[in-house]
Formats: sequence, structure tokens, C-alpha cells
Amino acid sequence: MSKLSTLPAAIAAHVHDGDTLYLAGFTHLIPFAAAHEIIRQRRKDLTLARATPDIIYDQMAAAGCARKIIFSYMGNPGVGSLHVLRRLVESGALEWEEYSHFGMITRLAAAAAGLPFLPMRPTGASDLANVNPAYRRIPDPYGGEDVVVLPALHPDVAILHVQRADENGNAHLWGILGEQKEAAFAARRVILTAEEIVSEDVIRRDPNRTLIPGLVVSAVCHVPHAAHPSYAQGYYDRDNAFYLEWDALSQDEARLQEWLDQWVYALPDRAAYWDKLGPEVHARLTPSPRPSGEVDYGGYA
Amino acid sequence: MTPYSPSELMAVNAARLLTDGKVVFVGVGLPNLACNLALRTHAPNLTLIYEAGVIGARPERLPLSIGDPTLVTGAAAVAGMYDIFALYLQRGLVDVGFLGGAQISRTGDINATVIGDYAGPRTRLPGSGGSMEIAAWAKQCFIITPHQKRRFPDKVDFQTSLGHGPARRALPGRGPQAVVTDLGILRPDASGELVLVALHPAATLEEAQANTGWPLQSAPDLAATAPPTADELALLRALDPDRIYLK
Repeated sequence: MSKLSTLPAAIAAHVHDGDTLYLAGFTHLIPFAAAHEIIRQRRKDLTLARATPDIIYDQMAAAGCARKIIFSYMGNPGVGSLHVLRRLVESGALEWEEYSHFGMITRLAAAAAGLPFLPMRPTGASDLANVNPAYRRIPDPYGGEDVVVLPALHPDVAILHVQRADENGNAHLWGILGEQKEAAFAARRVILTAEEIVSEDVIRRDPNRTLIPGLVVSAVCHVPHAAHPSYAQGYYDRDNAFYLEWDALSQDEARLQEWLDQWVYALPDRAAYWDKLGPEVHARLTPSPRPSGEVDYGGYA
Repeated sequence: MTPYSPSELMAVNAARLLTDGKVVFVGVGLPNLACNLALRTHAPNLTLIYEAGVIGARPERLPLSIGDPTLVTGAAAVAGMYDIFALYLQRGLVDVGFLGGAQISRTGDINATVIGDYAGPRTRLPGSGGSMEIAAWAKQCFIITPHQKRRFPDKVDFQTSLGHGPARRALPGRGPQAVVTDLGILRPDASGELVLVALHPAATLEEAQANTGWPLQSAPDLAATAPPTADELALLRALDPDRIYLK
């Protein structure tokens, strides 16, 4: 059954005020187009979970969508602070809940596997466990050392950007895979945006590359360039210049609101956003080809 | 002698600490430069693991972020984040981890979380990321940081990752074994206290003591590091041509 949808329709149907969202992707394939559509549809009181909030959650928080943030590294990767989130946390205007990367991903992995919690080895660092009561220590029932446990994290909605998907939501991803698979299996509803919608045959010719099966997908939307200023391996580069620019821009409330007006509210969709970036940016972000070798799955008729 | 900056001095000395054949968990910035310099000099068989999930990376350009696409192209393997932390780090496959933070205490605890009170933070920092587990489970850790009094307090405001102390005994990793600063190199003594074991050219013990928040001891056999060579500097500068990290 086709799960093809427009992005505005998918957000309207699946993302509600007060939901817990996980917009996945560790640096790679961050679903910015979906975030901008959520901002345009003026969702609010959201709990935003991500290992690295990145500037995608800085933007959503600046637009007033967030009530709470759940994270494990709240920095602008390779640049410095996420100034909007930092201001809101320091002023007490935003609730937060904090883990280490492994704690965060372990919570997703537990939910993805249908478990109430998963164990980890202790780290000896006590302060995070002192401020976050979700961290518990339990005996190993088989007589070994104690283990640390964290509860499953079930987002209401996970949103993932993928390189290609068929209309059933079976998706191929390559490059850095982050927490994409765990987020998709942990969430109650899953929205995909895809660089390309391909025929089912393209997916079935290389089934080992299918990280997300259509089985867990609620809607799939064709949105090229949806990850900018993040990137899609083999399609376009990370726009490091924009990550650097955001550092200054996000420290100035007037410039920040002007940016949201010009790049989110004033634009109908991602195609208009990509156009507005212009040919120089497109050229700067285009990688040279580096195709993989093919494997032979064999025919067994 | 070729002139060099404090960052170049730190990167060169960190690179020299890496022995060939080791598995290194790499962060961006100076650790990434140090690892790639070591790979091109005395340690061609280092395996670089990036926490974004890349094993055996061979970056063709300087990655700005830990998840740069150049890390993937040409790598030996790519794994999801759960696998990197569980199968590689927790399982005990990582020999050396690099750590950073706003504060490093007398016993090597690191604070990357908050300055001031946690619930009402004066300065909110990014938080642990991978450092809580890297400090615990990598066989040993190195830290690269400028030598400033505010960065070296007696105690940290928040213990993001564990240094040395009673809790260390239950862990598989030996914790921070070297802190490379722009004045010299610190290592833990038998009690776990960081002491100065080497001074860089032109730096003095008094200068190091004045920039440390506890009464800094020096090792009886205090050494002097060799200045960066012209080859080391040339390779390093080729890795960061725009001097993003080599300020």
C-alpha cells in the first residue's frame, strides 16, 4: 500500500501539540525540511529528543515549538554552543533531561526492541546519575558486577531523512547511520523524507541496504535536499559555512527572527528553500562521484 | 627552528604519544589533527574510530564536525551509534580515547556539563556526548587543553567523566594517562594526582604552577619535550590549511 504523502499532510496528520519527537540523524541526514514544516504549522509544547540537538532544535526552539529538550550533547558540532537552547536553559525557560550519548541511544535501543530497559556497564562518574533519577543501578542477576539501567524512550513520532525509499516506505541509507534504525523502531509513528522515491525493484535489488522497512513507516514524502545544512552522503555536502554563520546569527534575537521569517515562514516548501540558496551554494555542496562496487546477490530460480 | 603556535605544539606532542597499531577513539579539533599527524609519521597502522560510527577512517580533508562525509568515503567500516558504543567501546576494543572539557581536576575528573549549579546553570556547556563512557572504558585517555588556571581547578563543578579515585578500580580503563597543555605534559602519580612530567621549550615550572588551580608538583625526573620538527609542522599545516584549529 502506498504511503506517499506530501510533507505538509504528513506533519498535519502525525505531529500534534505536546508530542515527543525524535528527529533522527547524527550530523548526517538531519531532517531540516520536516522541522521547518513543523514550525510553519506552529506546533507547540513539543518535547524534542535528539542525542545532538544540532541547529535543527535550536531553530525549532527559537520558533517557540519546544517545551522540553532531551539530549546528550547540546553543542553546534565543530563550532561551539547552541545559543538559543543554551539561553533558554540558562534562563530557566526550557525544561531539560540529560544523558550521555550511550545512555540516550540505549534508551532508544530498549524501546526499539520492545524492552522496558537495557543495561550498560557502570562508568564511575556519578554526577549525571545524581541529577537524573532515570539512571538506576541494579545487581547482575547472574552474579557479576552491578549494571546501570535506563528506561526505554518511546517517541510519539520519529522523523528520518533517507537517500531513497519506495512508496511503501522501505528505505536505503548509506554513510553515517547514527541512531536512525533505533529511532524508527522505537517510535509510535514514523515519517520519512527521501531524496528520491524509487521503484520497489531498486530497493529489492539491494535488500542489505534497507535500514528502515516500510513495516514501521507511517508516511513517506519526496523532499529532495531536505537535510541542508546537514548533508546526504553522495548527494550534497554538509554546509559547514552555514553552521559557522549560525553561531553569530543565533546570538542576535532580531537576526534570528529575521532568518526564520525569510527562510521558513516566507517559503512554501523545501524546493523554494533550495532555490533561494542559489547556484553558488549548490555548486559548492556538490560532491564528486565515488560509487561503490556492486555485489552479486545471485539468482536462485 | 620553525616558529609554531601553542595549538601546533599541543597537536605535535599529542601525536607523539600515540604508538603504532593502536585503536583510537577520535574527536574533532586537535585530537583529530594529532591522530592524522601520527598516521602520517610514526604510526601508519593506527585505526581511527569516530564516534559517529566510522571505523578505519581515511579523511581526505579536515572534518569540521565529527560526522563529516569525508570520514565515510574510503573508511574500513561504518556502524550505527549503538554498535560503536556497545560493540567497540563497551566491549573493550578501544586502546586510546581523547577527551576534552572546560575543567580538569587535580585527579583528572572532567567537567563538560555546567559551570555553577546544575539546576540553575551560570554557564551551560554541551554535556557528556561520548566522554562519560570513553573515560571509563577506553584502555587509557589523553587530554589536550591550554594550560590556564580556570581550566585546572582543584575540583570540578560537575563530574562529567571520572578521572582517578576509588571508583576507578572497578573500571576496565586506566583513565586519563596524559594531559598535553601548551606548557608541558601532566601524568597521574601513584595516588592519581596529575603532576608535571615534562616541559615544552621555553616553558618553566613556575609558569605551569601559576596556571594550575592546585599546588602543582613536578616529577623528580622532569623532562623537556623536543621542539616540533619542520616535517611535523609541515604535515600538520597541510591537514588544517585554513588554520581552523591551529590558531
